[in-house]
Amino acid sequence: MARPFHPKVVTANHLLDGDVIYLDANEGWTRNLADAELFEDEKRAHDKLRLAARRLHEVAGVYLADAVRGKNGPEPIHFREEFRSIGPSNYPHGKREITENQA
Amino acid sequence: MYAYNDFDTDFIAARNAQFRAQVERRIDGSLTEDEFKPLRLMNGLYLQLHAYMLRVAIPYGTLDSAKMHKLADIADRWDKGYGHFTTRQNIQYNWPKLRDVPDMLDALAEVGMHAIQTSGNTIRNVTSDHFAGAAADEIADPRPIAELLRQWSTDHPEFQFLGRKFKIAVSGAENDRAVLRAHDLAVQIVRSETGEIGYRIFVGGGLGRTPMIGKVLSDFVPQADLLPYIEAVLSVYNLLGRRDNKYKARIKITVHENGLEDIRRRVEARFQTIKPSFAGADAALLKEIEQHFQPPAFLNAPTDGYAQAVQSDPVFRSWTDTNLSAHRHPDYAIVTVSIKAHGQTPGDATSAQMRVMADIARDFAHDELRISHEQNVILPHVHKSHLPEVHARLKAAGLGTANIGLISDIIACPGMDYCALATARSIPVAQQIATRFDELKLEHDIGHLQIKISGCINACGHHHVGHIGILGLDRAGVENYQITLGGDATETAAIGERAGPGFAYDEIVPAVERLVYAYLDLREGPAETFLATYRRLGAGPFRAALYPEEAEAHAA
Repeated sequence: MARPFHPKVVTANHLLDGDVIYLDANEGWTRNLADAELFEDEKRAHDKLRLAARRLHEVAGVYLADAVRGKNGPEPIHFREEFRSIGPSNYPHGKREITENQA
Repeated sequence: MYAYNDFDTDFIAARNAQFRAQVERRIDGSLTEDEFKPLRLMNGLYLQLHAYMLRVAIPYGTLDSAKMHKLADIADRWDKGYGHFTTRQNIQYNWPKLRDVPDMLDALAEVGMHAIQTSGNTIRNVTSDHFAGAAADEIADPRPIAELLRQWSTDHPEFQFLGRKFKIAVSGAENDRAVLRAHDLAVQIVRSETGEIGYRIFVGGGLGRTPMIGKVLSDFVPQADLLPYIEAVLSVYNLLGRRDNKYKARIKITVHENGLEDIRRRVEARFQTIKPSFAGADAALLKEIEQHFQPPAFLNAPTDGYAQAVQSDPVFRSWTDTNLSAHRHPDYAIVTVSIKAHGQTPGDATSAQMRVMADIARDFAHDELRISHEQNVILPHVHKSHLPEVHARLKAAGLGTANIGLISDIIACPGMDYCALATARSIPVAQQIATRFDELKLEHDIGHLQIKISGCINACGHHHVGHIGILGLDRAGVENYQITLGGDATETAAIGERAGPGFAYDEIVPAVERLVYAYLDLREGPAETFLATYRRLGAGPFRAALYPEEAEAHAA
């Protein structure tokens, strides 16, 4: 029996600042998980991963992360991906800084 | 303090120039991440959860005010205005940008610091007793040996590709403040019955996935034999250590699988082979290094004012009760500065706090600072007459917390707030425990109690040797925290025993609270510490407090 496929997003760290980024539907990189493209087809997810991994002058550590379709876009499943998407819990730095500046 | 000579300066400059070119080649796409990763790790640069992280070595935890000021300047200019002091006596910057790292390394080189061998399968930053050179119980200052080992191990061609990382600690006292028995190799300065100084060598200690207490490889290595003896240990490990399985590659497994006797025989044979090649160069170098570690010119001044301040200021008195240790000079004290104000991140200091500590060191502590593996900062030599002023300055900078050795003086690794290897968060658990016991106003009543928290099995937070150890794990996609009890990081080292099933994130603080209340009920009096009570009674009553439902079921 084939194992069930969970929808995925392509994620990585930005090469220059290390921030968590996601592949969006326009082949660009977004720092916001909700703006990422969610791949519900396994082959398409792996194809996109392969292409993204070639963009080595932009990113490091590309991989597929499980996600679900939420109200405003993809949402994380595992807590590690949740923490990656929102930043550290002890300071308003990284993604928390960005969120607060936008607010 | 050791000062770089021309050789050291040129070596660091050459390495930094190489790394600058490597960074450029990574940014322009000539190097892939797979090609770049080993190069950046050799220079202390990690890619973590949210950003890069630069791990800077603080050899044997020793700093002066110029170095501390530079660490503060780097935090402001290229990071977010703070640094994280680690259990390995390193400092980590959590937010450097790749393009800035070569400039950060050049800035470090200006004060004789670097990030070399803070990662990779090499001999890592050599750690030491944070009271070195000051402690009343010390046989000799261990830092010259630590510096000798740093020079010998840095870029040592034979040991750049060991089977796994290799951690060495050095101490000069019978009371172990450097967790010697949790290191791959440790050197303890001892004195023979005839008064001769030599070294007890421990091997095969380590925490992590398979925690083991180090074993005595030799009870007495004479001074002249130390470096060839240690090199012999490394050579034996390099050849005999396993490379087929990274989880079995540390020397603790080599010792465990081959037996201590076999390792001792091999080390002895190797020692005999290589000893003649040293030809006294190591002794000459040590002699030169020792010149850099002369004791300061201690003040000959009355200690008036100190006793008066203790009498008149209860806040100062409380701080002197917890944060001072005995100095070998009767008019002096060792000050431990807590960088663990209740609710703060253990081990973090802002650039402003670093500058305050640097200036105090310059003005009142013979320009010396130490970083402890317990993630605090030490002013090793403070004349007692200066203590009220030192305390006042610390307090004004948020550094006056009187909690050394108490329940809120928690070791915590960065955990899943920063670390890519972590399986759960550590920092918020530490923050909540400290805040909770501060609210309860119980911590001085509880007394000496060490909580150590790791966010994964690799045990950077030393949870195995915490009186209460907490290990954060990922259990089926949820954070889960295992408690171990009865661990000990000192000369009576012990690995804590697992108490039972783990606790959810929101259950762990109440669980610790139940444990502590149980201890307060069980102890024979305030003089009996948590650890002593645990050793007297065993795990039973503490388990019953942790798992009340189970205890009730048994009783029914």
